Amino acid sequence: MRFSFTEEQLALRDAVASVLADWCTPADLHAIYASDAPDAGRSHPRWNALFNLGITALQIPEVDGGLGLDDRELIAISEGAGRVALPEPLSETAGVVVPILVAAGASHQVLQPFLDGGGAATLGGVTFTPTGPQITSVPDGDRVRTAAIANATASHHLLATSTDMGPELHLVATADSALTLTKSLDRPRRLGTLSWTPTNGSRVAAGTLAATLLDQAVNRAALYGAAELLGLCDAMITMTAAYVSDRKQFGVPVGSFQAVKHHLAGARVKLEFARPAVYAAAWSLATGHESVAHDISLAKSLASDAADEAARVSLQCHGAIGYTFEHDLHLFMKRAWALSAAWGDARSHRSRLVHLLQAERSSSTS
Amino acid sequence: MDLTFTPEHEAFRMEARAWLEANVPPPGALRSLDTAEGFEDHRAFERQLFDARWSVVSWPKAYGGREVGIMEWLIFEEEYYRAGGPRRVSQNGIFLLAPTMFEYATDDQLDRYMAKMASGEEIWCQGWSEPDAGSDLAGIRSKATKTDGGWLLTGQKTWCSRGAFAHRCFGIFRTDPSAERHRGLTYFLIPMDAPGVTVRPIAQLDGETGFAEVFFDDVFVPDEDVLGTIGDGWKVAMATAGSERGISLRSPARYTEAADKLVDLLLATPVAAGHHHDPRSAIADEVMKAYADAQAYKLHTYMTATKVREGHTVGAEASATKIFWSETDVAIHRAALRLLGEAAELEVDDGRGGTDLSEWLDGYLFALSGPIYAGTNEIQRNVVAERMLGLPRA
Repeated sequence: MRFSFTEEQLALRDAVASVLADWCTPADLHAIYASDAPDAGRSHPRWNALFNLGITALQIPEVDGGLGLDDRELIAISEGAGRVALPEPLSETAGVVVPILVAAGASHQVLQPFLDGGGAATLGGVTFTPTGPQITSVPDGDRVRTAAIANATASHHLLATSTDMGPELHLVATADSALTLTKSLDRPRRLGTLSWTPTNGSRVAAGTLAATLLDQAVNRAALYGAAELLGLCDAMITMTAAYVSDRKQFGVPVGSFQAVKHHLAGARVKLEFARPAVYAAAWSLATGHESVAHDISLAKSLASDAADEAARVSLQCHGAIGYTFEHDLHLFMKRAWALSAAWGDARSHRSRLVHLLQAERSSSTS
Repeated sequence: MDLTFTPEHEAFRMEARAWLEANVPPPGALRSLDTAEGFEDHRAFERQLFDARWSVVSWPKAYGGREVGIMEWLIFEEEYYRAGGPRRVSQNGIFLLAPTMFEYATDDQLDRYMAKMASGEEIWCQGWSEPDAGSDLAGIRSKATKTDGGWLLTGQKTWCSRGAFAHRCFGIFRTDPSAERHRGLTYFLIPMDAPGVTVRPIAQLDGETGFAEVFFDDVFVPDEDVLGTIGDGWKVAMATAGSERGISLRSPARYTEAADKLVDLLLATPVAAGHHHDPRSAIADEVMKAYADAQAYKLHTYMTATKVREGHTVGAEASATKIFWSETDVAIHRAALRLLGEAAELEVDDGRGGTDLSEWLDGYLFALSGPIYAGTNEIQRNVVAERMLGLPRA
C-alpha cells in the first residue's frame, strides 16, 4: 500500500500544468465566449503545444511509439486540465479514445494521428446509464446521426452505433463527416451533431468486443470527467478564497465572517475527500482491478457533488460580481455544471453502485 | 501508487482475523460500557486483547505493542470492526493520550503509565472542557498553583467521557494566573482517586452515564506528572486534538463496516415496507451517499497514512477529516433509521432477558455526538477556512 504519486509522475503533472497555464488563461476563454465564429475556441497552437508533450500518446505502448504510461500519470494531468477549464479534448483523447483504440488492437495507421499527426478525439454516440452504456446514435438514411458530441470540432471521434449484429465502434474523421455545431451554456465545450457513414475502414470493433469496449469507454469518460471536476473545484475555491480575503464590507474582509468561511470550508472538505477516490479509480483502471466500475462510480459521484457544491458556494461568496458575464467565475462554473452531468451524474452513479453491490452480494451468497 | 497490501500485510490480517473471530464476544454479551458493570465487562475484554498483544499493535513491544506500522494498525482496525469488536473502553487513553505521551512524556512517565493503559488496568478520561470553556477552549479557568513537590489543582472540568468510572484523567490547567488565552497552560496527568477529586456522572441522551463533571478542590499532583513543560500545555493539547480529529481516534473501518451493513439493510428491506431498494429511489440514493462517503474516508486515510509513513505530518487537514467522519457517521445511521421506519425507535432483545436500543439506534445517538465533541464542526470549519484556505481571522 503506497497511495501517492511518484516523483516522476508529479514532475510530469507539473510540466504539463505549466504549459496549460501559459496556453489557457481566463482571457482565452472569454475570447471564445466573445466570438460568433462557429468553431471559435479550438486553437491549433495551443493544441500543438500540448500534443508536442506527447500526452495523446501517453497510453500507447513504447514499442508502438508512445510513452507507455498509464492512467496513474494521466489522471493528475487531467486534473490540471480541469483547473484551467481547458477547451481542448486532452483528457478525452489521451484517457478515453486512444486507450480504447489500443485495447481494440488498432493498427499503427489508426493510431498515427495521435502519435505524430496532431490528432484530437472524443467519444460520442453513447451515454451512461446505471445498468450499462446506451447507444444514442440514430439512423439517418444510409448515414448515422450522432448528437451532443463534446469538442465536436476535434479531428476525430470514436462513435458508437447499433447494427442488427450488435454495437459497433468507429473512428471517424470529422473532415469526412457533416458537422453541425449546437450552442450550449458552456460555449468552449463546443457541442455538435455529426452525420457520418460507417465503413469497414472506420470500424474499430464489433459484436461482443465492441460491447466490452463501449463499457470501458464510458467508464473512462466518467473517470476523466471526474478528474477535470477536481481541478475545476480547486480553481473555483482558490479563486473565491482570494476574492473574499480581499473584498471588504463593514470595514473587514468578507472572508473573516463565519458564514462565508463555512460555505468555503464545506466545499473544500468535499474536494478533499473526492480526490483520493478519483486517484484510486485511476489505479483500478490502470491495473485492471475487478472493482473498476465500482471505483469509477464512487469517484464520479463524489467529484460531481463536490463540483456542484464548489460552484454553488463560489457564486454565493462572490456575490453579484460573480453573477456577471465578464467575471472569470462562470468560465469554470459552467464547465463544472456540464461535466458533473456528463457520463452519469452523481445520482446515476450511485444507482449503479446499488446494482453492483447487489450483484456482488448475490454472487457471494450463491 | 499501489493500493494492494503486501503478503506480509495479508498474513498480519489473517492472524488478526483468526484471533478476533475466536475471541470477540457475540453482540450483546458485554453490558453497556457506560454502566458500572459494563465498564468492567469491557475492561476484561481489553485485558484479553492485551494478553494476546492486540490492544495496541503499533506501540513499542515494551508496553504491550507489536511495533508495527500505520498500515498494519489500519488493517487491525478493519478486522476489529469486521469481527464486530466492542467499543474500546480505553479509547481516550490509547488513541488520544498515547500519541501525545509518545511525543512528550518522560521515560519514567511512559514506564509508569503505558502498559497499564494498554491492558485496561487504568482507564483514562479527558479533562479539557469547562462550563465556560467549550468551543472557546483557551478560556480555561481551572488553575494549578505551585506547592512543594508538585501542584494544587482547583476548578471544574466537564463532558469528561468515561469520567464516571475512569481511574485517571489528562487535563489542562492554568499555571500562570497572569497569562491569558493559550499561554500559561499546563498539561497534567491526574489520579481520579486523589483527595479533592469529586465526580458527578452525567447521563447522556441514552440515559447512561457516558460522561461526567469533575470538580478539583486542591488536588495534589506531583511534578513528575506534568506532561511536557510548564506553560506549554496548549501545544501539547493540540497534539492530542490532532489525534482526536485525525485518523487515530476514528479509523475508517468503523464507517465502512457500518456502511456495508447499511447496504445489506437496504437490499433486505422488502418493497412492501415502502422504502424499497429500487436503485432510483430516494432512500437508495441516501444510502449510497453514506456508503460512498465511508469509502471516500477509507481511501483518504490510506493516502494520509502513506504521507505519515513517508515522514509528513498532518496539520489542519485533521479538521477536515473530523468534519467528514463525524458527518458520515450521522448519515449512515440516519439512513438506516429511515429504512427501519416507524420500527426504528423500538428497543430490541438484549440477549440477557431484557431490552436495549437497537444497534442502529444506539449508533445514531452515538453518531450525533460526533459533530460536537473533539471541537464542534463549526470550529473545525473555521480551522479549514483559515488554515487550509488562508481566509482572514475574525
